[in-house]
Amino acid sequence: MGSNFAECHPVGFRFVMRAREKGAEVIHVDPRFSRTSACATQYAQIRAGTDIAFLGALINVVLHSERWNADPFFHEYVSHFTNAATLIERDFRDVSELSGYFSGWEDGFYCPDTWQYEGTQRVVHMNSDYEELCKVMSSETHSLHGGRTVGGPPPRDPSLRDPRCVLRVMERHFAAYTPEAAAEICGVSAEQIRHIAETMLANSGRDRTCNVAYALGWTQHTTGPQIIATAAILQLLLGNIGRPGGGIQALRGHATIQGSTDIPTLYDLLPGYLHMPTHLPTHESLDSYVANEGGSAGQWSYTREYMVSLLKAYFGDAATPENDFAYDYLPRITGDHSHFPMFVAMHEKRMEGLVLMGQNPVVGGPNSGYALDGMRALRWLVVRDIFPIESAVVWREHPEECATEVFLLPAATVVEKDGSFTNTNRVVQWHDKAVEPREDVRSDAWFIHHLWLRLKGLYADSTEARDRPIQALTWDYPTTGIHEDPDVDAVLREVNGYYTEPGPGGKRIQVRGFADLAADGSTACGCWLYSGIHPGVNLAEKREGDDYIAPNWGFSWPSNVRLLYNRASADSRGRPWSERKRYVWWDEGLARWVGVDVPDFPATKRPDDPGDPEAGGMAAVSGDSPFLMKPDGKGWLFFPFGMKDGPLPTHYEPWETPVRSALHADPQRNPLTKVWRTPGNAYNGVDNPKYPYVLTTFRLTEHHTAGGMTRWNSWLSELQPGAFVEVSPELAESLDITHLGWVTLSTARGEAEARALVTRRIRPLTVKGRTIHQIGIPWHFGSEGLVVGDAANLLASMVADPNVSIHEAKAFTCNIRPGRRS
Amino acid sequence: MFRGAMKALSRWPVARQIAGAGMGAAAVSDRTIALRSRVHGATTVPSVCPYCAVGCGTLVRVKDGEVVDIEGNPASPVNQGTLCPKGSGIFQYTVNPDRVTHALYRRPYGRDWERVDLDWAMDRIAGLMRDTRDRTFIDRDDDGNLVNHTEGIGFLGGAALDNEENYLIKKLCVGAGIVFVENQARI
Repeated sequence: MGSNFAECHPVGFRFVMRAREKGAEVIHVDPRFSRTSACATQYAQIRAGTDIAFLGALINVVLHSERWNADPFFHEYVSHFTNAATLIERDFRDVSELSGYFSGWEDGFYCPDTWQYEGTQRVVHMNSDYEELCKVMSSETHSLHGGRTVGGPPPRDPSLRDPRCVLRVMERHFAAYTPEAAAEICGVSAEQIRHIAETMLANSGRDRTCNVAYALGWTQHTTGPQIIATAAILQLLLGNIGRPGGGIQALRGHATIQGSTDIPTLYDLLPGYLHMPTHLPTHESLDSYVANEGGSAGQWSYTREYMVSLLKAYFGDAATPENDFAYDYLPRITGDHSHFPMFVAMHEKRMEGLVLMGQNPVVGGPNSGYALDGMRALRWLVVRDIFPIESAVVWREHPEECATEVFLLPAATVVEKDGSFTNTNRVVQWHDKAVEPREDVRSDAWFIHHLWLRLKGLYADSTEARDRPIQALTWDYPTTGIHEDPDVDAVLREVNGYYTEPGPGGKRIQVRGFADLAADGSTACGCWLYSGIHPGVNLAEKREGDDYIAPNWGFSWPSNVRLLYNRASADSRGRPWSERKRYVWWDEGLARWVGVDVPDFPATKRPDDPGDPEAGGMAAVSGDSPFLMKPDGKGWLFFPFGMKDGPLPTHYEPWETPVRSALHADPQRNPLTKVWRTPGNAYNGVDNPKYPYVLTTFRLTEHHTAGGMTRWNSWLSELQPGAFVEVSPELAESLDITHLGWVTLSTARGEAEARALVTRRIRPLTVKGRTIHQIGIPWHFGSEGLVVGDAANLLASMVADPNVSIHEAKAFTCNIRPGRRS
Repeated sequence: MFRGAMKALSRWPVARQIAGAGMGAAAVSDRTIALRSRVHGATTVPSVCPYCAVGCGTLVRVKDGEVVDIEGNPASPVNQGTLCPKGSGIFQYTVNPDRVTHALYRRPYGRDWERVDLDWAMDRIAGLMRDTRDRTFIDRDDDGNLVNHTEGIGFLGGAALDNEENYLIKKLCVGAGIVFVENQARI
């Protein structure tokens, strides 16, 4: 669901087809019938933006099925490995009781006290006005890992009968999501929903597993993270997480979009998913940061080790125990500084300069017109790219009105530099430089390195406190080659981590993995999660493949684990669930976990270890708790923290929709949706007759994202020579649209024209007795390159989900008419 | 002349096959024997496809400092030598007459690019960054909380770069107090 696997990740889809050849069922649920649908054994056409209702109905069917209630496998997996048995606070109230809101709604934000496990409280209360903090935390993208809770451990009912245990709370929540109710929302028949649920159930258990694959079709919604959370609940109920053939596969779309999240160029994260400190009292010192971010149990209880080691990597000798390891050198975030606020800041002239590296926001970001105008308001703009992309020539129209000073610096391609990408399965692979870049072409590492040396020179003599971080930042990378490129192997060694006390001969000694990291300043580590990648040799460079999990091909974080949470591939007592699904298990003779993969669990922790809450860290986690990123080690069927918009996923309609919600009239949309009510970003509204059709964007095989890497390629451009929209024959007939004729789409943001592809791949749906037409549009095209066309993002708006600030390009509304735009 | 023609005819593979030599060596012409593949004599450098996140392994063939071919790596457990249309087109992504090869500059209100010296551009960019940073830097907010940042400068991009490059970008931004740092992974 939410992905067109066959067309967007064709080579990865080989594995799906191989499974199908061996008899696997392949189910595709999507608004458009695509090549993925054609390769599937079952296809359901769904109304865009109704995934939670659909998945909620699958959960509903599973929970009420005879098999799920009778097969002891499900009871054992769910009662031991998930938080199903944990009791929730007495005062918790579900959306079904409070007409669309969970308890804690405070007219604009949530106070999540009642979402907690019974008898526990968040440390977030410390030193601050709690309500004010909740308000800020609700409205801003950043959040706490919130690991530390006080009180507890919470009571559990392993029989799963207590009405306040998570399983029963969740069951009541999804009671409204019957297949019949979901059919009215999704436009998929109740019979088909039931059949898909039964297919998944029949393919889950000791001997069988199901995998769920998704992509941007799930993320680009105002409820995106909650859609994925619904899938996580379903997969946990079916015992499909941490087991071979199971899991939830995020199909990521760029060569290292995974890596750029792990080692982030994101405003709210530091490397390894440590949060950027905020200006709030919760982060005012290293101690308060660790108290609020670290957990009392599980992996995040080592937050101090990871943070201090990062500060040592950043600030070297200037980071000392006396100055909190230079914690105050870190800039603080004071709100949402993500993609959309960036463009708002340009319009408001708060942002003067932008460095753009390998991204094309005037095609690839929603509301292209707004992005373009924002960039034209900059004082200076640096674009580093391979080709002269649209975002480099924002001044081209009416240059006399654009004062921006623009630099276009040519960037090296993958074959012209050394470095690593992290693929969608977390496998880090090294690529070697094949040729030197020519003329002024340079790698991005070169650019950053030489820019930093210049900045450091400009601030060398400053005595201002604010310039001290610039002077203190470590930057001693050796250079290589004719262009004096920084040695990126040395960068990866810093990412891996090293002991700050040099070894014999002054040589740096590398740490072996994140278990070596210390909180006393004796280790430095650029990204704890990648630690182990370069313990002296670059493991990303390993190239010994095999036909199964290939542990010697590249390096997979954490610790070369290929299948996350693989403790769950054995039963509560550590035995393989079945011979067929044997993967990682407890060996009593060796007194350790063994198997085909690195165990994603403390290697010698017995399966019957009860865990010692007093001891903290990993020692606090019991031997039947595979999910080490959670303080209780359990897979969450209910989220006491981590999600701003509710502890359980709820179907809300998209921000722009022709349909009134069937579940609750008010709020009919996610009450915490982030909106930018600013000139140039008007919204279409709900059930607005001016914009009666549902629009969803999609990708083509032959083009890549915003087109910068494909629209200058003659082979690919010949294969996909222009912009088009997919329209059903029924809609085409009613509007006099002809196949291959021009059409113009419009929204409150703007217009875009394209050729009409009239096709039965897209069908009208019936929702509550009403016909709903959907339209699909690829989003790769722009004004430059060998093939040109209007950007689909001229139509989309800046509106975002509250958890991660992603926009809603997969379900919004538009109008369409035959003919070209004015 | 006749003899010459006969000799030429006898070397014609079809004639040799009729003459009884059958297929195989007899079917090969001198031209075929002399032919070499495009990648003959090239050095092979292992790489990774820069498009989607499947991470297909590639082999870059280099002759005389030029990329002559890029194909799928059969040893990669990810793709076993296969590539999709985009992956098959990586050659044109890197060997392409439309690539930008010189530092270009568009001055305020300018109508076109000007070619500039790369070092000059780098100096100018560093100077602009310092100027913007110094004017827009905020030490503390109105409540006295430490802020230590500038909203005047943004960095955007990274999902198409390397991990090591992302590490350096974030590190630079932390050092300089730049908080508007994002990449395509957000959206």
